Amino acid sequence: MSEDMEDGGDIKKFMYMNRKAPYGTIYALEALEVVLIGAAFDQDVSLAFVDDGVFQLTKGQDTAGIGIKNFSPAFKALGDYDVTKLYVEKESLEERGLTADDLMDLVYEDEDDDWAEKPSIRLVSRDELKTVLAEQDVIMSF
Amino acid sequence: MSILHTVNKSPFQKNDLTSCLAHANDDDAVLMIEDGVYGAIKGTQAASQIAAAGATVFVLGVDLAARGISEDKVADGVSVVGYDGFVKLAAEHHAVNSWL
Amino acid sequence: MKFGVVVNEGPYTHQASDSAYQFTKEAIAQGHEIIRVFFYHDGVNNGTRLTVPPGDDRHIQNNWSELAKEHNLDMVVCIAAAQRRGILDENEAKRQGKDADNIAEGFRISGLGQLIEAGIQADRLVTFGD
Repeated sequence: MSEDMEDGGDIKKFMYMNRKAPYGTIYALEALEVVLIGAAFDQDVSLAFVDDGVFQLTKGQDTAGIGIKNFSPAFKALGDYDVTKLYVEKESLEERGLTADDLMDLVYEDEDDDWAEKPSIRLVSRDELKTVLAEQDVIMSF
Repeated sequence: MSILHTVNKSPFQKNDLTSCLAHANDDDAVLMIEDGVYGAIKGTQAASQIAAAGATVFVLGVDLAARGISEDKVADGVSVVGYDGFVKLAAEHHAVNSWL
Repeated sequence: MKFGVVVNEGPYTHQASDSAYQFTKEAIAQGHEIIRVFFYHDGVNNGTRLTVPPGDDRHIQNNWSELAKEHNLDMVVCIAAAQRRGILDENEAKRQGKDADNIAEGFRISGLGQLIEAGIQADRLVTFGD
């Protein structure tokens, strides 16, 4: 249990829960900034994309006409930061008329498997996500 | 390991309470605060969702009082707590998930 | 128990900062340790000393500053979020070539690493936002 852990000792399970769409508000971008900084801390990191959060991962985002930087390419860099567990909730996709094919192709290189390229996105059901949530030590919700 | 979820949006405007209840495990607690306390009013769709949920549901009394919602309007199965209860709930559960 | 508190909205528009303040006070009253209060997103706006609310209203920024002084709280404003929104301390103002700073007493500007560190070191991280 984390209550018994020494400061800065063991590794905690960090979940960044993304429930907001990009661009309409800054939360999605600033959440990603937390994830990128947090990657340096060698914790056990997962991201969840739930509710409107799934809209953060759509492919083909083009922000040229709204004058805001397109930050979706930064998700492709997460693998290089050893952030490799992106849980996307199936029900949230379906409710919004999306499928996995509408999402960016996000991959990481698995150092334990001869650097084989593997998908970072893990499609999970709501029930599966509930189980993942229950395992977390720290949940940051955006 | 159990989680304390907090919800601070009115269920009449946003889906946060619905989504939170759908993601809460049976040993979790859900605490409605700020505009989330409107979810505690009995006889509403939100109250039906709460009744059907496995998690234990609480509402922050000072936020209810501020909004003129008397405790006799609170749905059965929802417990009213103060900030002392809020802190205790946070301490009793392994993590806190704020449904922002 | 060690608590970390995160404030993600500015003062007055949202109740988040008020709720975080009430929670922090109560946690201290119950004998818990607040290892850090971290201000992110528009929450950085809680850290300006230039707010002048009407006399009959609560002074959110002063309340935080006084609580910090009384209980030696570590109140950290995220530097990246602060720079976007014009919250500067003396060093940052100088570094960015600005003619003034506005950080309030008891707040300090630092990196997002301080939020992650709070998550690691605290037994519970409690977030208030919108």
